[in-house]
Amino acid sequence: MSEAQTSEAGGYNFAYLDEQTKRMIRRAILKAVAIPGYQVPFASREMPLPYGWGTGGIQVTASIIGRDDTLKVIDQGADDTTNAVSIRRFFARTTGVETTEHTAEASIVQTRHRIPETPLREDQIIVYQVPIPEPLRWIEPREAETRKMHALAEYGPMYVRLYEDIAQYGRVTTAYDYPVLVNGRYLMKPSPIPKFDNPKMDMNPALQLFGAGREKRIYAVPPFTSVKSLDFADHPFAVEQWDQRCAICGAGDSFLDEVITDDRGGRMFVCSDTDYCQSRQPAKAAE
Amino acid sequence: MYVAVKGGEKAISAAHRLLAEARRGDPAVPELSLAQIDEQLALAVDRVMTEGSVYDRELAALAIKQARGDLVEAIFLLRAYRTTLPRLAVSRPIETEQADLRRRISATFKDLPGGQVLGPTFDYTHRLIDFALAAESDGVLAVPPTAPVESAPMPRVSSLLGDEGLIEPNPADAREPRDLTRDPLSFPADRATRLQNLARGDEGYLLALGYSTQRGYGKNHPFAGEIRIGEVEIEIVPPELGFPVVIGEITVTECEMVNQFKGSATAPPQFTRGYGLAFGESERKAMAMALVDRALRAGELGEDVTAPAQDQEFVLYHSDNVEASGFTQHLKLPHYVDFQAELNLVRRLRAEWNEPQAEAAE
Repeated sequence: MSEAQTSEAGGYNFAYLDEQTKRMIRRAILKAVAIPGYQVPFASREMPLPYGWGTGGIQVTASIIGRDDTLKVIDQGADDTTNAVSIRRFFARTTGVETTEHTAEASIVQTRHRIPETPLREDQIIVYQVPIPEPLRWIEPREAETRKMHALAEYGPMYVRLYEDIAQYGRVTTAYDYPVLVNGRYLMKPSPIPKFDNPKMDMNPALQLFGAGREKRIYAVPPFTSVKSLDFADHPFAVEQWDQRCAICGAGDSFLDEVITDDRGGRMFVCSDTDYCQSRQPAKAAE
Repeated sequence: MYVAVKGGEKAISAAHRLLAEARRGDPAVPELSLAQIDEQLALAVDRVMTEGSVYDRELAALAIKQARGDLVEAIFLLRAYRTTLPRLAVSRPIETEQADLRRRISATFKDLPGGQVLGPTFDYTHRLIDFALAAESDGVLAVPPTAPVESAPMPRVSSLLGDEGLIEPNPADAREPRDLTRDPLSFPADRATRLQNLARGDEGYLLALGYSTQRGYGKNHPFAGEIRIGEVEIEIVPPELGFPVVIGEITVTECEMVNQFKGSATAPPQFTRGYGLAFGESERKAMAMALVDRALRAGELGEDVTAPAQDQEFVLYHSDNVEASGFTQHLKLPHYVDFQAELNLVRRLRAEWNEPQAEAAE
């Protein structure tokens, strides 16, 4: 407890976790960074938020956050979704650090299901909340077996799965949490981001950390590391596209959420990344 | 025209105010005190302490009050509190043989040293709603005195059987048990780790799994060798003293199952063991745990692993109700992005599916 910090929320340490726990998590993070894409088991703690609601990401953030950090939390790309609000509030309460909704201003971005549209920089860390860390889980339910498969880089069954999709539907039918190969070695689940976001992971200047609380695993993609979405030479990986543009900011390059506007089939498409959308609105107004 | 579908800070705050109001209920009805919960809903407190892994009646009662009686939610509250507590010492193993017992029964012997002691049990009550209880008489119950529990030693049934070599000795394992809250599960898990997991596991889940072994999914012919409920002393050995010091007493329920025997060319036939232990009076939990413990030993006893209750990964990965409840309910969180990705895909697949039909129609 050398650096025991006073508490912002009566009775709890800075960022909730005690210092020994943070040290344990940081060790797991260092190991994860040293072996890109490898899932490091760690002694995940019960958090005051439920499992499946971001406890892995919260523990990673709690272990790396310092007083000078600026935190952004998004869920589905948006800062104002209820769970993002709740997690941002949790850190505001337990650390007192500054929070922001602007991607460019954040030093740490904790996310569920999206990577911001605004490119990340070297001085930023993105923390992903991960529900199921094991990319081979739907192929092999047993952990003892999947760990062996990773050790032997036995990824054939995953290619077979993708091939079966192509044979049956003419394309790979995984639209999110699309498997990637990290640094040419470990197969990794990118967490349930749409495959639209997969290319952003490749050679990203920011450090990418992944926390799975319930499954007790941490993994990482260090800056400027190759992240390749699995594909075949004759069926190259491709991201989804929309026929529409964002109805608010006019963006044609962002992931769009569909919003149902009435009960007669009326719908509109808007950016899922609210910060990106807002930052473009003055631009559109000037047009 | 854009409707704000995404929630906000205000909505959360308002929801929390509503929750506080709902928790309190009608203000005309007196508020529950922690002592009332502890005294009159004692078995709920026992369960929350067991699965919350904290022996603190007052804290468990508070968690139950805060959780509006939702025990899984109360267990969650207790766990989240516990996880930040420092580990000051590791106690010595408790000695249930020395326990101050209020209940001790065996289904394997009609009588045994120390006798059968029923204690306060629902067993043999007729489950008829007692309308007299509704009257809140507040009177002192006139309970006729019961025979005091014999102070004669009550040796364990398993020890009695063990003296004759009829039951396997407790498997020797000199290794320091792992702490599941400090070392994540890995497989194969040793028995100490499995028992820790089961002790924290959801009572309903263990009940169903234990029950499934009785119905043929991994049958192991159990007998309730012994069930004991009583107070045991907790001792620690402070390094500066070097001898054990009693730091308190806790109530525990212990169940030792005596199971199907086995023998081989090298070992004579003997009974095997299943073990269950829980805080407070938690007999159903302890019995179910003992059944599942025995089922999980299938591999080491050379039995075929065919049933769900015998499958380590299946049983241990899904036993924790804090994990299970959180992940099941996370489906309430927004999934717009993933759903949008699937929606786009299904539309495209449908369009392609329709093309040949349209061509055929032409």
